[in-house]
Amino acid sequence: MKNPVDFVHLINEIPLGILILDTDRRVILLNRAFEILSGFSHSTAYGVQCHNILRSAACISNCPVLSIQDDNRPVSCKTDMINLDRQRLPIRMTTAALIDNNNQITGFIETVEDIRLSQHIEKIKSSAYSFANIVGRSPQMEKIFQTLPVLSQSDASILITGETGTGKDLVAEAIHQTSGREAGPFIKINCGALPETLLESEIFGHQKGAFTGAIENKPGRFKLAHNGTIFLTEIGDLPLSLQVKLLTFLDDKIIYPLGSTAGFRANVRIIAATHRNLEQMVERGLFRKDLLFRLNVARIHLPPLREREGDIRLLIDHFFNSYTQQLDKKINGFSKDSLMILLNYRYDGNIRELKNIIEYAVNISNNSTIEINHLPAYLLEAPLSHSTGPDLIYTSTGTQNSHLNQENFLHNTKKSSGEPETWSLVQRQIIMDALKKTNGKKNEAAKILGWGRSTLWRKIKQFKIDS
Amino acid sequence: MIHKIIIPLFHEEVAPRFDLASEVLVILLSKGNVIEEKKTIVLPRPSADELCHLLLSENVNTLICGAIEEEYYQFLKWKKINIYDSIAGNWALALEHWQKNVLKCKDILLTKMAEGKYV
Repeated sequence: MKNPVDFVHLINEIPLGILILDTDRRVILLNRAFEILSGFSHSTAYGVQCHNILRSAACISNCPVLSIQDDNRPVSCKTDMINLDRQRLPIRMTTAALIDNNNQITGFIETVEDIRLSQHIEKIKSSAYSFANIVGRSPQMEKIFQTLPVLSQSDASILITGETGTGKDLVAEAIHQTSGREAGPFIKINCGALPETLLESEIFGHQKGAFTGAIENKPGRFKLAHNGTIFLTEIGDLPLSLQVKLLTFLDDKIIYPLGSTAGFRANVRIIAATHRNLEQMVERGLFRKDLLFRLNVARIHLPPLREREGDIRLLIDHFFNSYTQQLDKKINGFSKDSLMILLNYRYDGNIRELKNIIEYAVNISNNSTIEINHLPAYLLEAPLSHSTGPDLIYTSTGTQNSHLNQENFLHNTKKSSGEPETWSLVQRQIIMDALKKTNGKKNEAAKILGWGRSTLWRKIKQFKIDS
Repeated sequence: MIHKIIIPLFHEEVAPRFDLASEVLVILLSKGNVIEEKKTIVLPRPSADELCHLLLSENVNTLICGAIEEEYYQFLKWKKINIYDSIAGNWALALEHWQKNVLKCKDILLTKMAEGKYV
């Protein structure tokens, strides 16, 4: 651009309310979008202190301009304003200092975003059986769905526990996305992924010259997460020396980069997660008790998938729909047998494992249904889940009775032998029992099992029962 | 005839938000707009509902305030309270303007300054 840009014209074209303030927080300039939002014209607002024009709740309770004067870092918050039409509007307000060439504050800029529409979309998105991207309708998950919105609105530290693959990361991200810090950064640190020496500089940053190789200042993840959320995953793997440093931060909210005496006050919300039993680690002296107490302000325990009644079927359908759409496959659903296997599998890897199985099956299947041979082979050999419960009856309605028959067979078989069986062995036993009961009449055995005659015949061949 | 005015306060100014005011000034004026009594009530918490209740229980005739939501504005109007809303500035000046019968809704009674200069 050869000629200077007309600044007023430029900000008028931005579809976001903008207020430019002087150092006394008086309005110097406002753009067209702000005029529309607030009802105040530029001539009315010019020279007036911003709280009389913006009239937001944040102006009264915790003026963002005053809070950034200490460290010159932008502040973003969700609040509301009342305009001249007496309408209360939910807004997202971001305030930043305007700095001149001599590093002096010459004023402030405030952007005001009307978030009515996004709030409306959020309401539609948060439909039944889900919160953000978390799916579930079991009583355990419903309880969590009720707690999450409340916790997300607070600033309390949260400890998320649960087995691997239960969705700890997803929950942490959902909490951040639905909190007032949504506009701020969400920084994830895997405490188990980096060696101890690197981890400290990674988390807290370092000063130039703090150690050999520290050729420049590094801000550290805590500084980067200012006004946002920091997610410490695998907190159980955090070395004891860093646990002390984290503890200090939780106490006074000030971080000291490696080799620096000047602290930085970071406005960060902490969410920690682990699959380890921290209480046991405390007993063994591997985790600091006081850190556990500080992190454990609010705890969310994510149940393993095998304990989530009815959720396996819901999640199977959820991932099936999502992968068939993604891969553009014309698959109608699962065959009775494959569904049976999926519903009765133990899922030690929880939702992550289920998701991978469905992705594999959808990828492999070329038919209109997903058959047993489309499932990963290890599923057919793996021991069955012992928490069969209601999931067994979450099959298509027409075949409920036959599956209940199968269930009886299953229970009888399980009772007869104390050792864990594979699905193939159990199926073989079911067929044998049915044939014994019907004196070898395949038609009647097929009826009892709820299969077609050809299915039974095929399985007899497969398990070499006829020989 | 006694006239009662309430002004929600934010320091020495009319509170920018009716629903967020934590203290209110109650002024009693006798015939000729002479101030008979003036008292400040500190509210237990900022609340538009509780403030409306206070206005009704105190039999207030006039409310001078900053931003107020339409719902509360209409309710108070229905309760025959005169409302001067979206007033910005010192409460004493606002009262003076009211006494002189020149106060209007959306009045900004502040000395306008920009970058240290009067405008």
